[in-house]
Amino acid sequence: MADIAVEAHNLTVSYHHKPVLWDVDFQLPQGSLIGIVGPNGSGKTTLLKSIMGLVQPDSGYVEIFGKPLEQVRARVSYVPQRESVDWDFPISVREVVEMGRYRPGRLLRRLDSTDKAIVRQSIARVGLEAFADQQIAQLSGGQQQRVFIARALAQQADLYLMDEPFAGVDATSERAILQLLAEMKVAGKTVVMVHHDLQTVQEYFDWVLLLNTRLVACGPVSSAFTEDNLRQAYGGQLTILSKVAHLVEEHDFPVRDRSKKQRT
Amino acid sequence: MNAFWIILTGTLVATSSGLLGAFLLLRKMSMLGDAISHAVLPGIVIAYLVAGSREPLPMLLGAAGFGVLATVLIEMLYRKARLQSDAAIGVTFTGLFALGIILISAFAGQVDLDLDCVLFGEIAYVPIDVWITPSGLNLGPRAVWILGGLLVLLLLLLGLGYKGLVITTFQAEYAAALGVSVSFWHYLLMSAVSVTTVVSFEVVGAMLVVAFMVVPPATAFLLTNKLQHMLALTVLLGLGTALGGYCLAAWLDASIAGAMSVVAGAFFLLALLLAPRTGYRHQLWQR
Ligand SMILES: Nc1ncnc2c1ncn2[C@@H]1O[C@H](COP(=O)(O)OP(=O)(O)O)[C@@H](O)[C@H]1O
Ligand SMILES: [Mg+2]
Repeated sequence: MADIAVEAHNLTVSYHHKPVLWDVDFQLPQGSLIGIVGPNGSGKTTLLKSIMGLVQPDSGYVEIFGKPLEQVRARVSYVPQRESVDWDFPISVREVVEMGRYRPGRLLRRLDSTDKAIVRQSIARVGLEAFADQQIAQLSGGQQQRVFIARALAQQADLYLMDEPFAGVDATSERAILQLLAEMKVAGKTVVMVHHDLQTVQEYFDWVLLLNTRLVACGPVSSAFTEDNLRQAYGGQLTILSKVAHLVEEHDFPVRDRSKKQRT
Repeated sequence: MNAFWIILTGTLVATSSGLLGAFLLLRKMSMLGDAISHAVLPGIVIAYLVAGSREPLPMLLGAAGFGVLATVLIEMLYRKARLQSDAAIGVTFTGLFALGIILISAFAGQVDLDLDCVLFGEIAYVPIDVWITPSGLNLGPRAVWILGGLLVLLLLLLGLGYKGLVITTFQAEYAAALGVSVSFWHYLLMSAVSVTTVVSFEVVGAMLVVAFMVVPPATAFLLTNKLQHMLALTVLLGLGTALGGYCLAAWLDASIAGAMSVVAGAFFLLALLLAPRTGYRHQLWQR
């Protein structure tokens, strides 16, 4: 296995004594696109938050690039769920992306020209140049999602933790994000992404982590994304399973046909 | 001249309270100023008992201490006891206010504190209490100097802490992911709110402080979608409110604080009708 980006050991997390993650153990390789998949409430968001140090585990620990988070925080960036902010907040796209350049010890200082240039580039990479000075409420859901991604890019990190960036996005945004993911992979970045759409797992990711409070499976998509594992993760939710079953059986998933079925 | 001092005092309070109130509004904690203005009562009484006089400094410290204590209690009730945040605010301020009243009645003999005096300063009396140097120079009302000094400190805080306050207000979770201390900025803002509330209501009364903390920022929020503009508008609205309120009070021969609150409310209604994005006029237009 390549060098390890994220490693969790016996991680147990609970909210008010109700366990949400139970004894979760895994290693994620560097330089891959990794999907975290599981039913609603299975602890996916909580897992990202534990990696990011935003919730305290009851037991176990997480290491990033073989070190505790505090030592490598500057190399990790977080893209929270879109619902986690009030989009009526009076702030522009550029101002949000500038937050990616904030650092704890440097909050009193002004952003310098390098910071400004990085912010401009990050906005351009998600294709929002034309919207840079707009207030964030005026954007579509997909554009709002791209604002968060641009902010993460501005951090110039090596590991990206993204919480459902494809949820509720339009086709243009989806294409833009996929393009970025491809670029990030080429640049050797690691992306760990909570993903809700089982249909696209094989197409988007190299590696998958199936979760349902406990870890169901973690490995390369070809070996971990099996009907058996999905049944374990999703339990009785047969509609989802039947939809995906045929995908899992046909191993030659038609990636090239994607352009034809894309919504516009 | 009295009119000038009163309007200046009103504007100073409006500016300090409004700038902080804008951040409270964005944190959906607008009524915190109201809660704090009640919760500080036991602090004032204890300071009075300890210091044995109505010296402003001990009282201010006592009040500010209880203001911060109130915000800590509210946080704890919200996080640990999982109370809704408005319920946490309600429980905390009624509890502390009651404690203050019990203290006053228990030490009634020793406490020459009139509730009205403590909670309801009167802006009309501002020009009377002037600051005269030992050499006999009249420097104008003491309140103006105190409020002016407070405003300078707040501007410094907001100027230097702007990024920290904005990022933790916009998305505390992301700030924490960057390693920014969310609770530091939270308590810094809350301490500023406590001190400002206490200093101001001693001068102009609690109602006017709360009115200035809540209404002009809410009005400004309706009128713009840029935070800097919202802060600037809050200040302008504060000035307009102080000026308009004084004139209204003079015309009707009514309470100045009451008139200023009414004018603040009138500006808000106007904004509600005319606001570019959300206003009634805009909605008619869309139909
Ligand atoms: N802050 C919280 N307080 C209490 N319970 C929570 C909190 N956040 C999440 N939960 C609960 O933890 C479980 C897992 O949540 P989450 O990690 O968001 O799941 P997912 O992202 O997989 O949908 C859910 O049952 C949810 O209700
Ligand atoms: Mg989630």
